[in-house]
Amino acid sequence: MIIIITNTNLNTGTETSARADKRAFDELRNLKIEAGVLERADGSAYLEMGGNKVLAAVYGPRELFVRRLMQPNRAVLRCKYNMAPFSVDDRKRPGPDRRSVEISKITSDALSPAVFLEKFPRSTIDVYIEVLEAEGGTRCAGITAASVALADAGIPMRDMVVACAAGKSDGNVVLDLSEVEDKEGEADLPIAMMPRTGEITLLQMDGDLTEEEFGKALDLAIGGCKKINEEQKKAIKNRYGE
Amino acid sequence: MVHIVPEIIKESVTNLVKNGERTDGRAFDEYREISLETGVIEKAEGSARVKIGKTQIVIGTKPQIGTPFADTPNVGVLMTNTELLPMAAPNFESGPPDENSVELSRVTDRCIREGKVVDLEKLCIVEGEKVWMVFLDLHVIDYDGNLMDAAVLGSVAALMNTKIPTTKIENDEIVLDYENMIPLPINEKALMCTFAKIDGELIIDPSLEEEEIMGARLSIGMTEEGNICAMQKGGAQPLDREEILKVVSIAKMKTAELRTHLP
Repeated sequence: MIIIITNTNLNTGTETSARADKRAFDELRNLKIEAGVLERADGSAYLEMGGNKVLAAVYGPRELFVRRLMQPNRAVLRCKYNMAPFSVDDRKRPGPDRRSVEISKITSDALSPAVFLEKFPRSTIDVYIEVLEAEGGTRCAGITAASVALADAGIPMRDMVVACAAGKSDGNVVLDLSEVEDKEGEADLPIAMMPRTGEITLLQMDGDLTEEEFGKALDLAIGGCKKINEEQKKAIKNRYGE
Repeated sequence: MVHIVPEIIKESVTNLVKNGERTDGRAFDEYREISLETGVIEKAEGSARVKIGKTQIVIGTKPQIGTPFADTPNVGVLMTNTELLPMAAPNFESGPPDENSVELSRVTDRCIREGKVVDLEKLCIVEGEKVWMVFLDLHVIDYDGNLMDAAVLGSVAALMNTKIPTTKIENDEIVLDYENMIPLPINEKALMCTFAKIDGELIIDPSLEEEEIMGARLSIGMTEEGNICAMQKGGAQPLDREEILKVVSIAKMKTAELRTHLP
């Protein structure tokens, strides 16, 4: 019987008391957003945040073929979040799993309030999010990119939707958890919001936070969203001018 | 979902071909612009992003240790999988791979396997027990025609970019040394060249418009020496002997040209 052992540990090791990647507690990872990167899709966006590489594409408004989903007075916004098999350390089996189905659903719920769905009865707007490389916080990266792709597709919206997580790692409340902080940290609080009105359209949390820590984390995440929103606007302006 | 091509487009593309022209002004034996980058996904052991025209594929490799097949106990395993993502075209749907996706996977696999791109025998660690299994995953993100040539070009580039840890056997245990990574053993750069038959003419690297109206398609995989390692005909129209022989000789020149894009 042969046992496989690995003699070096590759990407763990957070022995430092401050953040593993030397960021300040309220500092985001490096962020890059580009709008209109695909030919066929009606709208698209590519986002890099730290080690995350995410692609979002939008088709629609178009005819909805699944009759039972059709709404007589508005469009439906369908999301598909998918991870590439090579996006993580151990190959992910292709196809939907429970996690990606849940993320698809909450992404759709996070984006829908911003879109004037009532303008397109009986139709669908399809949002596809592909995670090409994952390094913690892909659902937030996906929502942020999808919102830019919706704008790129020329779909009327009340506001951009922007997402960012805060959480607790090594006893400190910090912004924008990296993969290590997410896995080894104490809590994760991803939110999405419409920055113009401050309305929150996605809220999830797992881990353990006191009421005070939660308040602090929520404020950090809202601050992070506002910073990311500036990059979203820049991406659209870069493509279409002021 | 059926994709409808307006009769008028069919007619205009066909008429252009009759006059020796193409919609984008290319010659019959001219590829669109090709770009190829490697090492684009850090978490993948090997990766590539390939563009032919606006067709775009991201490819990643994931080597894992596994058990060899019983009939080839000393040979590593190569598994090719393609995802025609719904983001790549309005008529692609999510769900299990459809017949086009399976065909693309199998033809890519065939060209790489039969062209002996990877020396799979060198991927054996313990005969009959442990070998490297290399997963080659193709993520089609933008479809603008001629997926096959892009898939093979990108796959060969991703395989050439792949690094695996060295293995040692100590007291019946396989020890993986991540500090000494070695490239996958590559001994050939077989590539593929695809022709579309429109109105009796065979044109190289069909664009989306041309692919939608073509009568037949012929993909030819060739090794560096110019030997044929894989072929696939598609489409309902027949091809005759002379046509086939002619495009085989063109494919030889064109795959050599494609090879210059590899690092």
